[in-house]
Amino acid sequence: MIPAPFDYVQAESAAHAIALLAEHGDDAKLLAGGHSLLPMMKLRLAAPEVLIDIARVPELAGITRDGDELVIGAATRHADLAGSALVRAQAPLLAHAASLVGDPQIRHRGTIGGSLAHADPAADLPMALVALGGSVQLSGPDGARAVAADDFFTGFFETALEPGELLTAVRVPCRPDAVWGYQKFVRRANDWAIVGVATIGGRIALANMGPVPLRARAAEDALAAGASPAEAARLAAEGTSPGEDIHADRGYREHLARVLTRRALDGEHS
Amino acid sequence: MQVELTVNGERRSDEVEPRMLLVHYLRDVCGLRAANVGCDTTSCGACTVLLNGESVKSCTVLVAQAAGQEVITTEGLASDGELHPVQRAFRAEHGLQCGFCTPGMVMAAIGLLAENPHPTEREVREGLEGNLCRCTGYHNIVRAVLAAAREADAEVTA
Repeated sequence: MIPAPFDYVQAESAAHAIALLAEHGDDAKLLAGGHSLLPMMKLRLAAPEVLIDIARVPELAGITRDGDELVIGAATRHADLAGSALVRAQAPLLAHAASLVGDPQIRHRGTIGGSLAHADPAADLPMALVALGGSVQLSGPDGARAVAADDFFTGFFETALEPGELLTAVRVPCRPDAVWGYQKFVRRANDWAIVGVATIGGRIALANMGPVPLRARAAEDALAAGASPAEAARLAAEGTSPGEDIHADRGYREHLARVLTRRALDGEHS
Repeated sequence: MQVELTVNGERRSDEVEPRMLLVHYLRDVCGLRAANVGCDTTSCGACTVLLNGESVKSCTVLVAQAAGQEVITTEGLASDGELHPVQRAFRAEHGLQCGFCTPGMVMAAIGLLAENPHPTEREVREGLEGNLCRCTGYHNIVRAVLAAAREADAEVTA
């Protein structure tokens, strides 16, 4: 399968990428690792006329610490995130989530910014960012802004990114000592979660339980009110709206959310 | 567009369409047919090559994205008529059946061992998660990778 023809431009800087986006408008797409975009282009689900390659923009790379937060460049690959001593020490949930994306080859190409901007509700990193209470830095022609993870995912494969904006960095709070759990239920290797759960310090995020990565608010509230993890987990599917597919109907996904939340709250990592 | 890159140690410069995938560039422009197009959907790993020493699925990389970088295919592994230790181990342990997945398996295994020279059996199985063998010949493939790791150790101690 071969994508429809397009022009390829390599961005020199974030400002250059934003200028190129302004110049080409809806005809352009940003390309980083390409591991969500290129498969869509091969299936002709996407046919941009211009690809703006941001993978090698220096200012979009790198992981640094800024006070109580980690700042992760949008073009940071999953393999770099999973292998980073800084991330493993300060946000181990995020490193673990990155280590479960796809397979080794995919982790050598895919980027955190690409995964978040693609906003697949079944994906690992959107759920991890919501669990951690992180945020994303967006830059556009009108300047830069920060959007909290809870507000960034607005619909099925939809985000708060405005046309012409570039996701430049991801910020997550340093939580070196917080108890965390991670559960990803899959039928096959190298697959998306049928249901995923990430928990840290009383926050519970769910993957594939609705059009966006969701907080399990009822379970979180129960925990805050003193319920045991097992009691809270029984509420994990409250307020969710999971889809149905060949792998699972709604009831099965709700059951998985409850079981996996209990395991995650017990600190289990899958 | 013009792309310049190094393939199996050879510097090349070729006129390509921006939409050309790395696997088609390798097979159709360079004439290197080891990397196979299997699923063509980033799942099976039959097209795995090394890009700057790391395993990637060349059906999901544009040759434009590989510009200025170094690609190694299975054809580039042997030197002076000597097979690469991982190739030797696949032969010795019979790590193949029909052979279609083999070039991708070998390249993924080399990438795995570069990152983790002493993998456990579980780490080998997880490290080859991105490569499918439709003959289900995984057992000997895993044995071959473990044997290659042991052989590398033996060479270091010898």
